[in-house]
Amino acid sequence: MGEGPGRAAVAEKPKAAPPKPKIKPLEDKIHCWPYLVRSEFICSVIIMAVLMVWSIALNAPMEEPANPTNTPNPSKAPWYFLGLQEMLVYFDPWMAGVVLPTLIIVGLMVIPFVDINPKGNGYYTFVERKFAVTMFLFGFLILWTSLIVTGVFLRGPGWNLFWPWEVWDPHKVVALTNVDLPYWGPFKLLGNPKIFGVELLGLTILALYLVVLPVAFWFWKSKTSPVLQELGPIRYGIVVFLFLTMIGLPIKVFLRIAFNIKYLWVTPWFNI
Amino acid sequence: MFKHLKDLKKTIFESQVWTAMFRHDYADTPRNRTLQIMSNVWMHLHPPKIRRHAIRIRFTWCMGGITFLLFLVLVVTGVVLMFYYRPVAEYAYADMKYLQFDVPFGMLVRNMHRWAAHGMVLTVWLHMFRVFMTGSYKSPREFNWVVGVILLTLTLMLSFTGYLLPWDQLSIWAVTVGTNMARATPLLGHEGPFAQVVGVTPRYDARAFLLGGTIVGPPTLLRFYVLHCIFLPILASILMMVHFWRIRKDGGISGPL
Ligand code: HEM
Repeated sequence: MGEGPGRAAVAEKPKAAPPKPKIKPLEDKIHCWPYLVRSEFICSVIIMAVLMVWSIALNAPMEEPANPTNTPNPSKAPWYFLGLQEMLVYFDPWMAGVVLPTLIIVGLMVIPFVDINPKGNGYYTFVERKFAVTMFLFGFLILWTSLIVTGVFLRGPGWNLFWPWEVWDPHKVVALTNVDLPYWGPFKLLGNPKIFGVELLGLTILALYLVVLPVAFWFWKSKTSPVLQELGPIRYGIVVFLFLTMIGLPIKVFLRIAFNIKYLWVTPWFNI
Repeated sequence: MFKHLKDLKKTIFESQVWTAMFRHDYADTPRNRTLQIMSNVWMHLHPPKIRRHAIRIRFTWCMGGITFLLFLVLVVTGVVLMFYYRPVAEYAYADMKYLQFDVPFGMLVRNMHRWAAHGMVLTVWLHMFRVFMTGSYKSPREFNWVVGVILLTLTLMLSFTGYLLPWDQLSIWAVTVGTNMARATPLLGHEGPFAQVVGVTPRYDARAFLLGGTIVGPPTLLRFYVLHCIFLPILASILMMVHFWRIRKDGGISGPL
């Protein structure tokens, strides 16, 4: 808490400047009482004051009594879950509501075990861990935040997009022109998809994306890349899977917006 | 009278009652600074000494601490709310109205509980963000990061279960939207992939287990209440103890070596 000089400056107020010792000096430690406890106290007072003022000024929402027969439009989850609700636009509920959240949680948990870069432990740095920081900033700051912002501010009745200055029109009709990949563009030319087997197309594409691509990259690079060698095939596999899954979301958003594509892989049991 | 202030001080601070509670005096000596921390069960969360950079607000943003503070606020205000609230569909909404309009400071307590809950979700995210950016999850703190991720999940679940309790339109529909996803759980939800293989039905699947029925109804209210007021807070408290203990055991707040 503005506790004054950093380590370098502190080293400059020595009792008597001895010739620079080669051994590491004793760690630069200070008493928790009063220095840390004081900061914590000030911090608590500020937070409590803010919370108090906020709670006096702004009332918690309270609507009509619960009525199971009257569904509001739109029905929104609490804001911190709107990222998931927003993903429902691009994925079926079993993906957006179950598989992807699970992968987010598990993915966060495995971070310390797949990030074997020993540098950047205990201080802010970008250059020493470019990949890790970029991934996290992309996933957390860009993807997660923009999904929530979209869900909170830009979604109106029917979960349609409304700009903040637009009036929410519950009767707004948006043509459903989305098509599944096997029925789209050049793939239509493959003939009747029902006969060709729609499953195969999506399966092929996903297998290319999630399996062939990473494996090929591994065989291409692992001989020459020390990073990959140290990572080893198992950690590499986990990282690549999580990475490609995360990137899958913006890819699907792009395909939807640019080409109106709904599903890539259509099967009788599930669609992706 | 002021002449005797010194005497008064002496009488108090040297009385048997006072010295039974506090075992050091207040002169600012290194020994007392240490004792302030070591001989106080609450302060004892801290080590007596800490590396200088670790108290810089620019390093930790104090975000873990703020998260913990908000959790404590939530416990205190939550207990006050529990005195007035009954988790029964017939009463819940009326109890909320009573709290807001008749109970002295009821509105303030409710608001504080609500806003602190939103705040905690935000600060726990920011705390995770700072821990990531300082690379503090790296060895030897891997396990504490995992504990943290579980705490994050619990924080979200606490917020979500609490959202239902006012039993108004906002709460039941938000919870309906949220829990609807459970019906699509692969294998375990009746609309999920391979549901037929397992044979789950709307009345007997993951979502029905969560809600205690097929819609967000009275049994859901009771379930969420118990989760919100008993199960999840206790679990979160236990994990916070582990979290704080591990910070110490992992060598205190991380820092450049
Ligand atoms: C209820 C939620 C949580 C509480 C109350 C909490 C509390 C704290 C506190 C008070 C600290 C001390 C340093 C600081 O204030 O930054 C800390 C450190 C730490 N937390 Fe949390 N935390 C929570 C959730 C999390 C989450 C979600 C993560 C990560 C996903 C996490 C990972 C860590 C790690 C690795 C440290 C050590 C940091 C270091 O040594 O620099 N915690 N936590």
